[in-house]
Amino acid sequence: MPSTLLIPAPLRLYTGGHEKLTLSGETVGELLQKLATQFPLLRTHLFDERGEIRSFINVYLNQEDIRYLNRQQTLVEEGDQIRIVPSVAGG
Amino acid sequence: MKSSIASQTFSHEEIRRYSRHLIMPEVGMAGQERLKEARVLLIGAGGLGSPLGLYLAAAGVGNLGLVDFDVVDESNLQRQVLYSTHDVGRSKLEAAKERLLGVNPHIDIRTYETRLASANALELFEDYDIIVDGTDNFPTRYLVNDACVLLGKPNVYGSIFRFDGQVTLFDARTGPCYRCLYPTPPPPGLVPSCAEGGVLGVLAGLVGTIQAIEAIKLIVGIGESLQGRLLLIDGLRMQFQELRLRKDPNCPVCGKKPSITQLIDYEEFCGLAPNKNTIRDQTWEITPFQLKERLNSGERIQLLDVREPQEWEICRIDGATLIPLGDLPSHLQKLDSTTPIVVYCKVGVRSGQAAKLLQAAGFSKTQNLIGGIDAWATEIDPTLPTY
Repeated sequence: MPSTLLIPAPLRLYTGGHEKLTLSGETVGELLQKLATQFPLLRTHLFDERGEIRSFINVYLNQEDIRYLNRQQTLVEEGDQIRIVPSVAGG
Repeated sequence: MKSSIASQTFSHEEIRRYSRHLIMPEVGMAGQERLKEARVLLIGAGGLGSPLGLYLAAAGVGNLGLVDFDVVDESNLQRQVLYSTHDVGRSKLEAAKERLLGVNPHIDIRTYETRLASANALELFEDYDIIVDGTDNFPTRYLVNDACVLLGKPNVYGSIFRFDGQVTLFDARTGPCYRCLYPTPPPPGLVPSCAEGGVLGVLAGLVGTIQAIEAIKLIVGIGESLQGRLLLIDGLRMQFQELRLRKDPNCPVCGKKPSITQLIDYEEFCGLAPNKNTIRDQTWEITPFQLKERLNSGERIQLLDVREPQEWEICRIDGATLIPLGDLPSHLQKLDSTTPIVVYCKVGVRSGQAAKLLQAAGFSKTQNLIGGIDAWATEIDPTLPTY
């Protein structure tokens, strides 16, 4: 099922400037894995050594943080938006 | 004739000054008095601190504290509208105080020309009702958060990068804190700073003024705050998105069983402590002077620039090849693994990642230029502009 992944500005450096990608998968984790396979430099930014999403990265399915859904196992439906929200310190 | 309702708090001059507030039902005399009595501490007098300071002073916030230790730099002027060209080289707080008192002489401004640290944060925050986070680094953001949680104070949060902003209100007494959202900081170098990635000057104004509105609403006690909502601003598309924020019951500082009950060493927490985890492998790195000597000796070196094309347009080292970091994995065939490679970026962070990647890919003769093209321009070739 195709869903839209939104890449935030600080991580676009690692996606060749892509801001939005449409990928197919059953779960949020599967989509993120596909993303990391397509852009290998992004992998270390998204996942730690154990394959967990790094704690300075939040992933939202539409308006909700996947930590309060089913984390990487959260099911996605067609047309869902998956948004990666990293911590940014600039001021 | 006796005037019927003479204000105890405001002079006629102040009433004229604040008249556009006073005639609004949401503010009125009572709200303006609350503003006058309020005590707001701004952490950072930079991109966010500038609009915050100007608007909170103009709005009549009676007691404004400012914490910063920097001097005004030319590269600040694109967004730090508190300062003028003639302030370059001057203490930020000295210039800021002068400017803010020029905007509104009826308020009290306190300046703390010091680096906010675990040793002074609690004492400093103690005197204020609201803390506004406008800093530019992770250690200070975690310090501000933890101090606010420990003291039970609201933290008006904003951060910026390029065209993107994040704004919310944290108040751990009734909702989430910064650590509920981001439990730990990124390892150094993984998330680019504004100095490395850039920021639209006006975006700082947009986010700072939203923070100022949140502070004013909180003081006056009106409206709906951003608490529990993370406002994402995309200035390039001019889209505002709201994400739900929840209080994490397992939060290490505001959760049910907090493991952090006092301020910690935030430099260490963010992996920035000197002499810890930063033991450098000399063979991986090269100083600008060493590079210059080797180039002068006629040695063949592949100079690899991993910055973005727009940075390449500003300046470059003669003889270098541009392959932006993001393109590097798919362009390895352009490099020769038998010839030494020296990789550089602006300050040495991105090129450090590139050097690691190249080493792992079998380019064992790869070195990272310490301090990047900035250091090269300062130490070797002053004809290059710095940015």
